[in-house]
Amino acid sequence: MKTDDLITLMTHDAPVSMRYSRVLALAFGASVVFSAVLLVGTVGLRHNMASVFETWRVLFKIVITLVLAVLAARLAVRIGRPGAEIRLTALSLGVPLVTVVAAVVVELSVLPEHAWRARLVGQNALFCLFFVPVLSLAPFAGLFWALKKGAPENPAAAGAAAGLAAGAIAAAIYAWHCPDDSPLFLATWYVIAIASVSAVGALLGRRWLRW
Amino acid sequence: MLPRVGYETVKQSTREEQWAAWLRLAIKGDAQAYNRFLVDVTPQLRRMARRRCDQFGAPASEAEDVVQEVLLAIHLKRGTWDPSRPLGPWLATIVRNKLVDSLRRRGRHVNVPIEDVADFLKAVDETHEAADRIDTETILARLKDPQRDIVRSISIEGQGIRETAARLKMTEVAVRVALHRALKSLAALYRSE
Repeated sequence: MKTDDLITLMTHDAPVSMRYSRVLALAFGASVVFSAVLLVGTVGLRHNMASVFETWRVLFKIVITLVLAVLAARLAVRIGRPGAEIRLTALSLGVPLVTVVAAVVVELSVLPEHAWRARLVGQNALFCLFFVPVLSLAPFAGLFWALKKGAPENPAAAGAAAGLAAGAIAAAIYAWHCPDDSPLFLATWYVIAIASVSAVGALLGRRWLRW
Repeated sequence: MLPRVGYETVKQSTREEQWAAWLRLAIKGDAQAYNRFLVDVTPQLRRMARRRCDQFGAPASEAEDVVQEVLLAIHLKRGTWDPSRPLGPWLATIVRNKLVDSLRRRGRHVNVPIEDVADFLKAVDETHEAADRIDTETILARLKDPQRDIVRSISIEGQGIRETAARLKMTEVAVRVALHRALKSLAALYRSE
């Protein structure tokens, strides 16, 4: 095919049907609402939410998962845009990471040693491992759909970022139900759940996000 | 942030600003501005692709395929450019990524530094089109039915969307959708080559 002919074809396809920023907004908006409704409609919010809110552990859990979700979502947004800054955005994920490590140290220092194990295992570890990935399905699908329209330089990294954001959004939603409040629980089971979703994202991204 | 300008007001500004202005109009549906952008960008892409291919002793026809792949990438991903930001970094990144990707698939391992690509925004060059390697009939044969007719009608016979729609008894919207899909298929054909 002649390049001039190709240019003629492209000229006739000039308008952009949906701008990438709108694609992203739609993907995030719809999937977050879907997963939040899924939580409220199935297992529901924690019944004594208001009364436990003042304890630092609950507040920490809610805030740190939200911060992680926002920072990971920022990375997923930028990674599909050619020329966008991503190094600092990726490094910013270190902030919640270091904060969780610090919270674990505090928890270990305020708890007697014999209580560590019970707090780490909690009451609902297996359910957390099951339900965080379930809640991540909609954001995962939404972000993959969006990134497919994007132009990520490294498809595996983009998939991992999408999985991380989906897992973190799911964790931030699940935190409103979860009865286990210790940072030991958070640093173990939440991290395993989010990391698994991110790993699946990397694997699928390598295949699906090439362009 | 770049100001929103029409083509007549940007005579003195740099090439990048000119391209950005055209592309901004194009995204909103201005086909003429889009054509100017593509026609102006192509010789620069060709010069870069030729230089890379010369380096590996590859024929000029291969460079032309690379040019078409990069053009398709720009076309299919132009929605990821944020029009409130400068065009240069976006364009340089997408060109470099596709250039490396395309040459690598052809078995030429290359590492194109970004400065190299950024340079093409300034350079002026008038290189002419070389013979293409994949001829139109081969490509058409691999497209599905309404897409094939539409591609032939618009590119070879020089018809517009409206005439094509009338002749094929399709709506204009359906023709536009099929054309967009055909361009996606072309990019996929290159990728799978």
